[in-house]
Amino acid sequence: MAKKREINEYSTDPAAQQMLIRAEELGIGTAFTRADAMAPCNIGSAGMCCKQCGMGPCRLTKEGDVGVCGATIDTIQARNLTRAIAAGSAAHSDHGRDMAFLLKATAEGEAEGYMIRDIAKLRMVAGYYDIPVDGRAPEEIANDLADLYIAQFGQQRGEAVPIRRATKKRQALWRERDVVPRGVDREVVEALHRTHIGDDQEPEHILEHAIRTSLADGWAGSMIATDISDILFGTPAPVLGQANLGVIKADMVNVVVHGHEPSLSEMIVAASQTPDVIEYAKAAGANGINLSGICCTANEILMRQGIPAAGNFLHQELAIMTGAVEAMVVDVQCVMQALVGLAENFHTKIITTSPKVKIKGATHIEFEEHKAMTIAKEILKAAIDNFKNRDNSMTQIPDIKEDLIPGFSHEYINYMLGGSYRASFRPLNDAIMSGRIRGVAAIVGCNNPRSSQDYLHNLVTKELLKQDVLVVQTGCGAISSAKLGLMLGEAGLSEVGAGLREICETVGIPPVLHMGSCVDNTRILTVLTQMAETGGLGDDIDQIPAVGLAPEWMSEKALAIATYCVASGAYVIFGGASPVGGMPDRVSDSDAVLKYISVGWEEKYGGKLEFIPDPQMMIKATLEHIDKKRAALGLPEYDPTRFGRSGDAEMLKLEALPLAEKRKAVYGLAAD
Amino acid sequence: MSKYIATRAIRGANALVTEAEVMLNKALKEKGAETPVSFPNTAYYLPTILGMTGIEVTKLSDLPPVLEQARKMLHPLPSGKHWTPYLGETLDSGMSTLLAAEVIEAIRFVYGLQPERMPEDFTLAGGTTYGGANGHGHLNGPIDDIQLRSWGIQLVDGRMPGFAAIVGCAKSNEVAVKIVRELQRRNILTFLSGNVNGRSIIDQLHEEGVELGYDTYTVPFGTDTLSAIYALGFATRSALTFGGMKPGMSREILNYNKDRVFAFVLALGEVDDLKYAAAAGAINYGFPVIADTVIPEILPTGVTTYEHVVSMPFDQIDGKDDLEKAERLVQKCIEVRGVKVKVSNVDVPVPYGSAFEGEVVRKADLRVEFGGKYARCFEYLHMAKLDEVTDGKIEVVGPDFSSVEPQGHMDMGIVIKVAGRQMQADFEPVLERQVHYFVNGASGIQHVGQRDIAWIRVSNPAADKGFNLEHFGKVLHARFHEDFGAIVDKVQVTIYTDPKLHAEWLEKAREAYDFRNKRLADLTDDKVDEFYSCTLCQSFAPDHVCVVSPERLGLCGAYNWLDCKASFSINPTGPNQPIKLGKLIDFQKGYWEGTNDYAKIGSHGAVPEVSMYSIMENPMTACGCFECIVMLIPEANGVMVVSREDTAMTPAGMTFSTLAGIAGGGLQTPGVMGVGKFYLISPKFISADGGFKRIVWMSSVLKESMADEFRAVCEREGDPDLLDKIADERNVNTVEDLLAWLEAHNHPAMVMDPMF
Repeated sequence: MAKKREINEYSTDPAAQQMLIRAEELGIGTAFTRADAMAPCNIGSAGMCCKQCGMGPCRLTKEGDVGVCGATIDTIQARNLTRAIAAGSAAHSDHGRDMAFLLKATAEGEAEGYMIRDIAKLRMVAGYYDIPVDGRAPEEIANDLADLYIAQFGQQRGEAVPIRRATKKRQALWRERDVVPRGVDREVVEALHRTHIGDDQEPEHILEHAIRTSLADGWAGSMIATDISDILFGTPAPVLGQANLGVIKADMVNVVVHGHEPSLSEMIVAASQTPDVIEYAKAAGANGINLSGICCTANEILMRQGIPAAGNFLHQELAIMTGAVEAMVVDVQCVMQALVGLAENFHTKIITTSPKVKIKGATHIEFEEHKAMTIAKEILKAAIDNFKNRDNSMTQIPDIKEDLIPGFSHEYINYMLGGSYRASFRPLNDAIMSGRIRGVAAIVGCNNPRSSQDYLHNLVTKELLKQDVLVVQTGCGAISSAKLGLMLGEAGLSEVGAGLREICETVGIPPVLHMGSCVDNTRILTVLTQMAETGGLGDDIDQIPAVGLAPEWMSEKALAIATYCVASGAYVIFGGASPVGGMPDRVSDSDAVLKYISVGWEEKYGGKLEFIPDPQMMIKATLEHIDKKRAALGLPEYDPTRFGRSGDAEMLKLEALPLAEKRKAVYGLAAD
Repeated sequence: MSKYIATRAIRGANALVTEAEVMLNKALKEKGAETPVSFPNTAYYLPTILGMTGIEVTKLSDLPPVLEQARKMLHPLPSGKHWTPYLGETLDSGMSTLLAAEVIEAIRFVYGLQPERMPEDFTLAGGTTYGGANGHGHLNGPIDDIQLRSWGIQLVDGRMPGFAAIVGCAKSNEVAVKIVRELQRRNILTFLSGNVNGRSIIDQLHEEGVELGYDTYTVPFGTDTLSAIYALGFATRSALTFGGMKPGMSREILNYNKDRVFAFVLALGEVDDLKYAAAAGAINYGFPVIADTVIPEILPTGVTTYEHVVSMPFDQIDGKDDLEKAERLVQKCIEVRGVKVKVSNVDVPVPYGSAFEGEVVRKADLRVEFGGKYARCFEYLHMAKLDEVTDGKIEVVGPDFSSVEPQGHMDMGIVIKVAGRQMQADFEPVLERQVHYFVNGASGIQHVGQRDIAWIRVSNPAADKGFNLEHFGKVLHARFHEDFGAIVDKVQVTIYTDPKLHAEWLEKAREAYDFRNKRLADLTDDKVDEFYSCTLCQSFAPDHVCVVSPERLGLCGAYNWLDCKASFSINPTGPNQPIKLGKLIDFQKGYWEGTNDYAKIGSHGAVPEVSMYSIMENPMTACGCFECIVMLIPEANGVMVVSREDTAMTPAGMTFSTLAGIAGGGLQTPGVMGVGKFYLISPKFISADGGFKRIVWMSSVLKESMADEFRAVCEREGDPDLLDKIADERNVNTVEDLLAWLEAHNHPAMVMDPMF
């Protein structure tokens, strides 16, 4: 039985801490306390348990152990990891599939309330695939694109089309290694097949297919999801938003949307702004409707509409704990079953909406794109009807929230570095080449109650910023930095090394760029590809001084993301425990797979996946890798003292002087 | 950017776009929508607007869409706290500023407020032509296409390394002069505009008697910030003219400027919102901004090649006095833009640089002249064996000019003896022709002509500074080593003023000239087995390639076959490469396997075949710096020749500027060709199409300036009166008139075979 931790060990977020104290007062369990109570299975967490068939489960714990069928530890680990990657890829890609269907329905005019908002992006994406755009209506183009994208899921032969958006060199490598995904579904199905009892039993061979499956996610399913979300709801650009539980409002009907797909949440946003719904809320005695988000649904509507984020994954229970949430509307992925039981302590309704997701005890209002607006209103009205059931004595909302500027799509990053006429990644590459920016870290991923919430994220992020590493984020990791104020321009002046400060000040950016939800990690692939193509940082992703980190990962999707990043050439560091860690202290070579996905993959793909629980070691590994890549490119050694001369500070000091002195200091005698 | 600059630039942009809108509405009301709008002598409409938007503005009613576009790119000011990014937004606002500024200047032209008036004593040393007010009592306003093209070759071959757009007012007149002199010394074009509290650097320079104008590389645009737009119009046109970019290819035009046009903005004195806004516009072109006051610096790179904004407060510059500070300031500008400057360190007591080449020494300023009406002056360069030349030896044989009365004259001969292992007799005339440029580079010295018709003037200021005869030798010694070091190892100069020796050497020189003339006459295309490529312009016009043969010099007029040969010896991997002719395909039209193969490679596949002697079939392409344009007039069964200097309408219904758009940019257009003017007198001039007799019309400036040469050609062609049968703009401006003229003058083209 694991030891029960103190509140401040559960989370570093003061709002979360307040709610956890509240939970203790009310005697309600949360993921944090359940994590204490539920010690992880040490055999399973080492990846040494096989439950693939009815002859087992086989637990391999001793030197020379094999399963009933004779499977060795490394085979079992490779199969377990591959299955997790397949599940993660399936989750992202199924999201992408639904978006493709939604695009099709919108193009055909059958999706109530949807429209093509970003015609420029539609034309650009269509252009990648030689879909004619000139002289055609957006709907016609969208129809062709939707057909092409829908076909990527069921395609049996050939290559998934978005692959061609990778660097030439990377495409050639994938072809040479025969890991180009043929179709999304085929790779996932084959992953399940190969890992069935009595199939592929050569670990490296199994893991090659894990690569191929993950590529079907990163360079197809997920990329399709991001493309279409932008086309239908607009490509994100910077906007002012807020994050943390303080965004829940006592005097309003609070609806928290949670999950991943923007199709429903965007429609709820639209519905919440219609006069009849607002009127309905006022009639119920509220001051209106207040929407907020959890998890990646939060990110989707935060970066496009500026709708506040109530928090990340581990805030889903805590939001309900405020007692002020009338409804939590969920769709897919990362939705805890515990919500329903928790909500019973309050008046909160848990409303499931996806035909794929029901939770026992929850209200199910199934979402259907053909009557999306109608359903969105129905959901909101159910929430409003529930307002009267709120027990104010049970209400406690932490007065804690922080502003942030999200919305850094790769399109906007391109724009922000040169404007409409000179948009390019050149200034970013230059900054890295000169050493003002030492390198780039993508710090992404989940929350995990087994570590202190946000602790690893923020510690690593803050230290890397001081080391002049530019940070980009997605998913729940992004919300943790947002809660800390690192996604504000001001942080670019005060929380960073001198060189990075110059860049932040030049462009006007926060030092941590919010790039979207977890499915949007493809945006990071696009950015890295464009950096490689811009020149000066090698000709492929594996040469760029960049590292991907997921310090608090927990979902299978995270493993899929990690793998497609590795296959694209990136060094990926995960915090916490490895699912294939083995027990090297007890069973020799039980960490062969762990080593293979680091050293072996690096030889083949230039990227590697490593698990480093200690945040200081994580930082060290990150910086060493960045410096190694800098040296390989022949870039000047990172020197924190070299830069930092430019900026407004001096000028602002002089501006504060009395007029006569100021004139002399600024203009000298030249003005007379 | 920085937030400070972004705030001011965006604010300035918003204000200027609004001002432009107000002015435009007023003009539309007062002048009417159909009122013509144009800048003088340019085929590029309002060039910045044309380049960035593709809109061809010809009348006031074309302007509202431009301002709509400008307004669309404006942004709100960055918030005081929790701001969204501002770099891209500021650059966009900068572009809005440029569009609005050009609109305002165009409207000012409509109201007769441009070019800006100046006191009557203000005279431009070369400038844009405006009807009657020719260079007196007004500033230059925009640079015309003629000047852009005539500077073209210097811009492309690096002799003119870039331009400085100076905005504001220097600390003192002394500093203003020093800054400009430092730029001139480096042959950097200087564009002047703006003011601080009503005082402009133009006023400062004018007060100090500095000659401003095309000839001295210093062009005063206007005394307000807005006139700096003319610098960007110049930059835009250089991409359109030499880079083969099309109107509206904004990104390509801007990148072209970033990569190839080495320009920067030097802000002198206080920087206000409008200056910040205009600077943001210039940064789009990759032009950095250097200020001599305290402003926030933007040192990261990317939009510009090096730093974006640099502050160099004048008082804080290291230097013993203001002059030294000014020098350092200019050095910093050059460093920030990465301008590749070649400074000639010539040990003479006057400033030295190509920017002084255009200086005129007027009678009033004259100390002494050699040659001209009253004296004889010659220059003669010959090679000798290595041991016969003492390098650096400079002798003056005879009296110096101290005894000559002011504004007097004397005979002089300059004899240059060179030796070098790579030196060939064929290079003698090539090197000798450089004397003109080398001598002219000295400030206060004017050189005209060549050989025994050279004419050199020394001004009073130059003589006062101690310039004497020996210094001609110093100039020549230094420059020959610098520019021709690869073929010349030793240079010795003797200046003859002694009457007896002068006469003796003049005789020797004339013998040599005769010999060379014969050699040149013998040097025909069929006597050599290689031509030369010239890709000097490819830094500017990437797909253009010149093929230079003994009988067809480069279209810029600056490189003939011998020049190319010498250039190849100097730099074997340089822009002039021998083209082995190989198998002759068609001598009549001038096709060889070698020239065709080279055209393909040199133009990167754009030009598969090139005819050396035909305008009708696969004519040679042109960059943009041609001296004249030859164009088919189908009705007349002949061609017209338009000179770069001619701004009048031609029978083709287009001016030179408009024609140049068709002839330039590396495009092969049958019936249109840009050529060097000396090609007109070559026996191989469109010989496949009938030769010189095909010329039915020619700009009078050309006809007159080369009358002697043309008369000789007419003799050669067997029609001594032919020149008088060729029409020009004084009597013929339309095809109808042309046909009538040809009929009346019995021009041979009327009875020649059809051209196509």
